[in-house]
Amino acid sequence: MKMGKVVLKLGADISTDIIYPGRYMATVLPAETPQFAFVDDAEFNKKLKAKQIEPGSFIVADKNFGCGSSREQAASCLVGWGLKVIAKNFSRIFLQNSINVGLYMVICPNIEASEGDELEIENGRVVNQTTGKSFDIVALPKARQAIIDAGGLIPYTRKLVLNGKK
Amino acid sequence: MGMTMVQKILAKATGQASVKVNDVVEPKVSLAMSHENGALVINQFSEIYQGTGQPANVWDPSKIAIIFDHRVPAESSKTAGNQKNIREFVARQGIAKFHDIRGDEGGICHQILPENGYVLPGSVVVGTDSHTTSHGALGAFSFGIGATEMAAVWALGKILNVEVPGTIKVVVNGTLPKYVEPKDIILHLIGKLSAEGANFKVIEFHGETIKKMSTSGRLVLCNMTVEAGATAGIVPPDAETIRYLKQEAGVKNIPELFGPDADAVYEQVVEIDASALSPQIAFPHTVDNVKPVGAAKGIKVQQIVIGSCTNGRLDDLAIAAAILKGKKLARSVRMLVFPASTRIYQQALKKGYVETFMQAGAVVMNSGCGPCLGVHQGALADGDKALATTNRNFKGRMGNPNAEVYLCSAATAAASAITGEITDPRTVSPAPKAKNVKRKTLNVKRTAKPAKKAMKKAKKTAKKGRK
Repeated sequence: MKMGKVVLKLGADISTDIIYPGRYMATVLPAETPQFAFVDDAEFNKKLKAKQIEPGSFIVADKNFGCGSSREQAASCLVGWGLKVIAKNFSRIFLQNSINVGLYMVICPNIEASEGDELEIENGRVVNQTTGKSFDIVALPKARQAIIDAGGLIPYTRKLVLNGKK
Repeated sequence: MGMTMVQKILAKATGQASVKVNDVVEPKVSLAMSHENGALVINQFSEIYQGTGQPANVWDPSKIAIIFDHRVPAESSKTAGNQKNIREFVARQGIAKFHDIRGDEGGICHQILPENGYVLPGSVVVGTDSHTTSHGALGAFSFGIGATEMAAVWALGKILNVEVPGTIKVVVNGTLPKYVEPKDIILHLIGKLSAEGANFKVIEFHGETIKKMSTSGRLVLCNMTVEAGATAGIVPPDAETIRYLKQEAGVKNIPELFGPDADAVYEQVVEIDASALSPQIAFPHTVDNVKPVGAAKGIKVQQIVIGSCTNGRLDDLAIAAAILKGKKLARSVRMLVFPASTRIYQQALKKGYVETFMQAGAVVMNSGCGPCLGVHQGALADGDKALATTNRNFKGRMGNPNAEVYLCSAATAAASAITGEITDPRTVSPAPKAKNVKRKTLNVKRTAKPAKKAMKKAKKTAKKGRK
């Protein structure tokens, strides 16, 4: 079931510095990065740490989510909390990082949702159960879907290494 | 149908006669660069080999570069530990293009790669840093990737699932007015395109202004293309590229140069008249919030930063030194200068720029990225405003989400350091001749004598104590 509540609503151009500030970049391991997710948004970060946010909840953002740095922590820290991201579009590097590390993300150019709304993803659409409206999802290119299907870039590459496809 | 610069590079790197936009290709990588986040790459790289029974060896150690620049010298034991792990990995794998913090060959990755001749025209370069777009200045297809993607490159020697990007052609003609710099061109362009206007696309630079521009200036343009969302920026290689590679990077074997086809198909063409440009400022908190310097007139700043992978090269330091020569920074301002590499630092020493900066009141720091992304050195206080030649002004940049960062060229930064507020460099008067500007404001009496007395007293007491 791809159902969950919107726990954070954001505007356009949310940079990796907001998602995972540069000063925590020495923390690299995916198991350790979640503590710094949105750390400058003290209220939201506190909720995460107090486990007041259920895994499977949604962050909804406007255009250009994840712009800026190539730091992968910005994607891995969200995976750690089981968060899903719906945005009107994503910056290129963040989108690729999300796919590589298994962050559930959806490109939905017309998304309308407020904090607290219940969303469901079904048949290529985001359905806002609270407002009754639904919105089309932009499908990812096939080449990227293959990485998602493999469970991320590490298992995908491991398979290539095993098959000797260097 | 003709191909753009990047289409031609991708065709070559995949052994195909031609590639089309949106084709999915897996190009061979010529150079794979990481910095301290190599610690994560190493972790992900070993993960790939978990359970395969195969040794975790990189595909070609000669094609990997690792440069310590983000947190140098290490600001915490955690960073020191990451750097130690990387040093051990580098030694184990035989990676020769490794630049540790050193006074002779260290510096910021996007300066180290070009100045050491690691980047050649027509090649595919990837780096675990978003500003890897810089190296398009030498005619390479060069772009930023994440750590896990780099781990896959280390294993396979190619980059998986690259969609051939569409290209925006930017044509810049006209002569730049005095004190209007390549930085002003790229800020203006980002303002025009918006922070996502070039998302997933390549920006290819053309025009007479670009032809006459030094590689240093081209690095500035390509460095910041990512701020419009671009996958990469690129300048078709020419006589200047050859000059730079031979004279400054010591490259002996220059590959055959090629440009885009004359009938290449572009998604959009943007024309810029350089002669009509004024110095530009990116206002907080997005890089595309760009206005002419006049719109920022009178905004007081507390910190001025000249340096970084964007504008820490010798020509930036030269113009800043020329403006600051014989002058003093405003008392309300602190100014940090960090050359992009130690080679540049040494050149700046020889040319007297370092002395000029210090006499003006600036602090010259070691080459590194610390202040720009706010990991250490030069953090801002709540409410502080900084004016910087760096490339990002996002909330939280320079270490504090309650501060503001404005972006500009080295000329504008230097002029503003004198006045303490954002200042059009074209309005700054030349330095007074042979006249030392003396400090008048301080009215503090020397305390040398009492200090001496206190020392004597302390010594006596200490002697008594020993008895």
